[in-house]
Amino acid sequence: MEKDRSFLNKADEFIQMFKKGEEFTKELLKENEKLRFKIVELGGSLEKSVDSARTKLYEDRIKLLEDELGSLKEKFRKVEEENKDFATKYLEVEEENNNLANLYVASYQLHSTLDFPEVLRIVLEIVINLIGAEKFAIMLIDDKTNELVPVTAEGIDITAVPKVVIGSGTIGGVAREGESYFAENLTGVSEHKPFEPIVCIPLKLKEHVIGVIAIYKLLTQKSGFTNVDYELFNLLAGHAATAIFSSRLYTQSERKLTTIQSFLDLLKEKPKKWENR
Amino acid sequence: MPNILVVEDSPTMRQLISFAIKRIRNSHVVEATDGVDALKKLSSEKIDLIIADINMPVMDGLKLVSLVRGNPVFKDIPIIMVTTEGAEEDRKRAIAIGANAYLPKPIQTQELLKLVTTFLSGRSN
Repeated sequence: MEKDRSFLNKADEFIQMFKKGEEFTKELLKENEKLRFKIVELGGSLEKSVDSARTKLYEDRIKLLEDELGSLKEKFRKVEEENKDFATKYLEVEEENNNLANLYVASYQLHSTLDFPEVLRIVLEIVINLIGAEKFAIMLIDDKTNELVPVTAEGIDITAVPKVVIGSGTIGGVAREGESYFAENLTGVSEHKPFEPIVCIPLKLKEHVIGVIAIYKLLTQKSGFTNVDYELFNLLAGHAATAIFSSRLYTQSERKLTTIQSFLDLLKEKPKKWENR
Repeated sequence: MPNILVVEDSPTMRQLISFAIKRIRNSHVVEATDGVDALKKLSSEKIDLIIADINMPVMDGLKLVSLVRGNPVFKDIPIIMVTTEGAEEDRKRAIAIGANAYLPKPIQTQELLKLVTTFLSGRSN
């Protein structure tokens, strides 16, 4: 009996212990569940924080790239502008180069000979081919009569170009003042007016005028003058004058030299003739 | 190396055109003073392009063009006419005879160089 009671007590104790163990296990399981939940929660927030950091990083990077793109676009725009400037400058330089070539050829030709008629022909060529004049005359000052006398003409008969007294009318005025004359209306002149050129250029040796080029009509396709035309007029005013003056002087001196030589030959021959007598 | 025949009686214009043409890389200029001289040069040298004036002594530019076009050896050589005659009928007449281009004087160097380059590249193609 006593044995049974003690056995029952022990069983009760064991059951109590088992129940406590069960409760403890349940508590542990609960705690475990809570911890797992917390872990999941922390994992989520950690992921979120990583994502937001990465997003920020990407945003910063995008901003940086956008800034870089902006500055590259700006650089590209500047380079494009510079490129346009260079293209324009290139065309200007090219045009200037062509103009200089024209001037070089004109001055080269003008000083290529000392033959007076040849120089006049070259001046005609320049005025026709480089300036584009159809009717014009070259007049030189005759120091004895103080008049401008036509020496050659193109597109008009030289007899249709009258002598002009220095100081008289447009042509005479240009010869006296030494300043070029340009009419306002360069085209539309049909009939030849010998005293009314559309352009008159003085031929000057420094400030001394030796003649003029009087242009009466331009070629049909020539409607006006460009910068190079004015440069050519300046070149003609100086270089043509020098070439004409030098060639005329040379031709005259050649002629004089021939006369003197003939005279000297005659003098050498005379004594022989006297000796023979 | 393309050979360009410049036919001009005016030494000034000849020099001016030659001066401009020489700026085209590797080009070589052959000069002639009139149509007859040009025909002589054509038979002695291989010419790739002709630049000719119209008003010339001995033989003018239009006669030269018609002779070149009538010759089976030279008929395909491009010809640029350079002249003081600026009227439309003059241009039409030159083109009708066989000129490829018509450039009235005073010539614009840029325009001439552009034409020369175009014809030379067309010929090399």
